[in-house]
Amino acid sequence: MKLLLHTLPSVPLETEVICPDKFIGNSLDAIGAMTVMHGNQACILTDFFTLTDDGLDTIKVEGDLSKVKLIGSEMTQGKIIINGSVGAHLGALMTGGEILVTGNAEDWVGREMSGGRIVIKGNAGHLVGSGVRGSDTGIQGGEIIIHGNAKNEVGNGMRRGLIVIGGNSGDFTGVNMKAGTIMVLGQLGQRPGASMVRGTIFSTQAAQLLPTFTYNTTYKPTFLKRYLIYLKKLGFTIDDAYLNGKYQSWSGDSLEMNKGEILLFSE
Amino acid sequence: MLIKSTEIIDTFAEAFGMWGSRVIVTGETPKWAMAAARSMTGFATSVIGCKCEAGIEGLLTEDETLDGRPGVSILLFAGSAKGLANRLVERVGQCVMTCPTTACFNGLDVEETVNVGGKLRYFGDGYQSSKLLGDQRLWRIPVMEGEFFVDESFGIQKAVGGGNFLVLGEDLKITLVAVEAAVEAMQMQGVILPFPDGVVRSGSKPGSKYKALPASTNDAYCPSLRGRALHTELPEEVTCVLEIVIDGLDESVVKEAMRVGIMAAAREGIRQITAGNYGGNLGQYHLQLHELLRG
Repeated sequence: MKLLLHTLPSVPLETEVICPDKFIGNSLDAIGAMTVMHGNQACILTDFFTLTDDGLDTIKVEGDLSKVKLIGSEMTQGKIIINGSVGAHLGALMTGGEILVTGNAEDWVGREMSGGRIVIKGNAGHLVGSGVRGSDTGIQGGEIIIHGNAKNEVGNGMRRGLIVIGGNSGDFTGVNMKAGTIMVLGQLGQRPGASMVRGTIFSTQAAQLLPTFTYNTTYKPTFLKRYLIYLKKLGFTIDDAYLNGKYQSWSGDSLEMNKGEILLFSE
Repeated sequence: MLIKSTEIIDTFAEAFGMWGSRVIVTGETPKWAMAAARSMTGFATSVIGCKCEAGIEGLLTEDETLDGRPGVSILLFAGSAKGLANRLVERVGQCVMTCPTTACFNGLDVEETVNVGGKLRYFGDGYQSSKLLGDQRLWRIPVMEGEFFVDESFGIQKAVGGGNFLVLGEDLKITLVAVEAAVEAMQMQGVILPFPDGVVRSGSKPGSKYKALPASTNDAYCPSLRGRALHTELPEEVTCVLEIVIDGLDESVVKEAMRVGIMAAAREGIRQITAGNYGGNLGQYHLQLHELLRG
């Protein structure tokens, strides 16, 4: 199924219906008549998109989608390919399947997801893999792979899963993290791991940590090499120095249970 | 049937259903991976006395392991799924976790699994942590040198144990050369030869005159008992018999190992090659020598 944006929304367009689970078993006409919210106005999908049935199960979406929100929301299966950039809340609450974005993504990528995989080839906005404001739980499983940079609060409240940032991450990476793994191949922003309970934050660069983190040792964590090899298979370039190098291990946040860890490349 | 000048007896090896697993041990260097592998496969020649049978399946390069380090592939077999689970926990815990730099991964992608790392994690005394990568849950157990990284679950599958053949030679030297050639030829994926360097001299028959023993020396093949035993299977010229036992992940790979082993062992000075069985009443698998040699 192909969707081509023909009318640029003037305000955010909420398109939870662009999801394999919603399309399966429906005719082209029925899909085109599905409701989308343009601001506070109910519209139908064909008001904004031209639909073409190419006979494939994969949903391909094209156009300037930077104001198109909630694509792949609650997705459990299948694949969505977005050629270009996409709006906020991509793959919110998804539990399975895969979303690939060739461009950038706005805020809240994979908000509260618990399975599946989201791949962003470009940059992502704030709150990747986080919970909504007022919720203390972010991503509970699955993988979010950002090849570029991400802004603040990556993995806020994260409980399980893997978030990879190929470039730099913003401030408060892993804030309130409960468990899981955040890997930043570039530079961490300020105050990573603030209030983290458990889990792992990794970076290839040195970082200024909060005083509530305590230095453990510098060593070669076997598990990290396993992860870095996995990232190589996902298409990241991993320098041999990172694969075979030593990492500073820090424990924190001591204001919480002090069971979290931050690993920073050392030599 | 003759191969070269060696007579292949028209008989069968009686093999048994077992449960098998594949364990991948990695280390910072090949030396330490092998140290753990040797330890883990030690005292694992026969389920009769060791509760399991284990051996080294092969060496793995950095490109072939999950953590990019040199590794060793081990196969471990036991008579039941529960027994296999227990042996895995014991041996990974005592032989691999204890060995410097090692990590330990499941090497069988099958449906049925047993909990190994999930039990060993308690050694971490609350400092252990888990990682979930894809569908694979792993445990990080802090140790004095760093941490032990181990898969939570290991795949197990029905397997075949006790494939065998006996090499009947004119003297010790020629028989050793023959079995060494056979063992070298039998290095293949999916099988192990659990006895010392693949060869056993103390082949056994079931039962004993002593009630406590489930098995005793195979007197019919002991040259020194030719004149005393109630029955002998030895041709006059034979002075030495050595046996090779094969465990494999399925019947076909055991048969293939037997085939190449017999072909390699057959030579001048080896009078006969035969196989051990118990009349066909005990084992589920009857591996006919002539049939497997004909392919």
